[in-house]
Amino acid sequence: MIETLKGDKLLSFALIFVILQLALAVFAPVIAGDPFEQVIMARMQGPSFAHFLGTDQLGRDVFARILFGYRTSLITCGIAVLMALMIGGTLGMMAAYYRGWFDRIIMRVMDILFAFPIILLAIGIIAVLGPNALSASIAIAVVYVPIFARLLRGPSLVICESEYIRGAHAIGASDARIVFMHLLPNLASVILVQTSLLLSAAILVEASLSFLGLGSQPPTPSLGLMLSEGRNFLLLNPWPAVFSGFAILFLSFGFNLLGDGLRDTLDPRLLKNTDRRNSAQA
Amino acid sequence: MNRVMPMRLLAGRLLDLAFVLFGVSVIVFMMIRMIPGDAVAIMLGANTEITPERIAELESRIGLDKPILTQYFSWIGGVLRGDLGTSLWTGRPVAEEIGANIWPTLELTFLSVLVGAGCAIPIGCFMAEARGKTAEILVRIGAIAGLTIPSFWLGIVSLFLVARFMPGAASLGYVPFSEDPIGNLQRMILPVFALSLPMLANLSRLVRSAMLDAMGQDYIRTAKSKGASRWRVVYLHALRNALIPFITSVGFATGYLLGGAIVIEQVFAIPGLGQLVLGAISERNYPLIQSAILVLTFSFVFVNFLVDILYSLIDPRVVQR
Repeated sequence: MIETLKGDKLLSFALIFVILQLALAVFAPVIAGDPFEQVIMARMQGPSFAHFLGTDQLGRDVFARILFGYRTSLITCGIAVLMALMIGGTLGMMAAYYRGWFDRIIMRVMDILFAFPIILLAIGIIAVLGPNALSASIAIAVVYVPIFARLLRGPSLVICESEYIRGAHAIGASDARIVFMHLLPNLASVILVQTSLLLSAAILVEASLSFLGLGSQPPTPSLGLMLSEGRNFLLLNPWPAVFSGFAILFLSFGFNLLGDGLRDTLDPRLLKNTDRRNSAQA
Repeated sequence: MNRVMPMRLLAGRLLDLAFVLFGVSVIVFMMIRMIPGDAVAIMLGANTEITPERIAELESRIGLDKPILTQYFSWIGGVLRGDLGTSLWTGRPVAEEIGANIWPTLELTFLSVLVGAGCAIPIGCFMAEARGKTAEILVRIGAIAGLTIPSFWLGIVSLFLVARFMPGAASLGYVPFSEDPIGNLQRMILPVFALSLPMLANLSRLVRSAMLDAMGQDYIRTAKSKGASRWRVVYLHALRNALIPFITSVGFATGYLLGGAIVIEQVFAIPGLGQLVLGAISERNYPLIQSAILVLTFSFVFVNFLVDILYSLIDPRVVQR
């Protein structure tokens, strides 16, 4: 692992970049102050020693709000991608394993879900569930289920043809055992790469939704929400909008670079087969 | 043989299309019925006294008191005749409200596809040709950055810069092209820039890898050994083949842009479908939300259907699959 990283500067950079941001999110309470504390006398200030990234329209510390916004963003998107991976991934693997009518029905249903433009389906789901962070999570998860199902079905079809799967079948291993103990570990590299890339895209979707007022609600520190609030005071104080935008960009950029680097480093044979259409939309 | 196959292919694709459209309509139909119990009361609004009679009246007006299959078929029958229902608050036909708001969104999407796809080809070709050079690596990193820049943020920042340094320039709102072509295009510059950049980043990366694939093929070697000029090899032979995966991705990117346009419209105060849908969500105008999602998704599905057909016309190999 270390040897691989030494040879690959881009991947090491991406890894450090992502870990750094994760650390900022995890240690937010230690590093930054209270994201909710309002100091009305010190509102809309530019960057200073007291407030590293300035303050917003209510006199709240922008740095603290961005770090806690990282948390909101990572938790919302993390839950969403994890749910989508578990549901969509399992469906994709089972479709490839069982083939036949089961495969056809599952993939047809996935085609239908995939037919919706991403943001639009998310908006529709949120319209039903009501605007909050959990709805945003569920909406992103639903949108990503067909993408994971398609992404894992392709490589699974190849792996299911291999000798060791047939061997496992021959010695009487159960279907569940074959799928989760033999098929799944061989998909690890595909899963790692795609999870990273989709997390990068999910961060943008989550930011768009909370920007539209359909995700986390005030006063929760959320990057998209900060951007939409900062927009109203742009000419007076552009800093909250500028910095929260950079935060979204860095977070998304880090995971995208990581996924890209991993794709080049890990088994390129299987990854090459993944559907171009999916990466186009993600 | 060649004449028979495309017809069969077309029939198969039409069947797929019908199935997907049916599925989409079922999901959109179910969505509004999955709203937690008091939806009808919510729809009555805060200013009305909620009585069982009023609820029953509204339920029968929307048709919620009939069996679910009847509801679905009467709704989809109306949709097929162009009747999308009535907006809850204004009482106007939904089709009319969507018709009034659809043009800015379509124009924004169309121009962004044009700019994004149009610029992606030369940039992608450049990246493929200059592979490994410093300039190419910079453009590649720029492409990942372009992919992960939140387009609405880009819109806000560009709006801010224009307001700061070119205070006279018209950058907000929308005027129809028929009324004021120059004002229309002027106001479209920033939103189209913000919206097309992620697509440009994505597609230029795709063109790069497709070009690299194509350049490694035997027919390129043959063309080169015949003494064809570099220009001819790159643009006539390689690019033509690289465009095949490119076109499919443009179709998919269109759906992405339709969604992105909803967000960008909010930034630039463009009165398009985004504003209509978001307004409908805040006032819980479910028939409007339902129809807007249906119309946009149907158009996205149709775009991809056309792309798919186009794809098999360009690349005869697809037929044999």
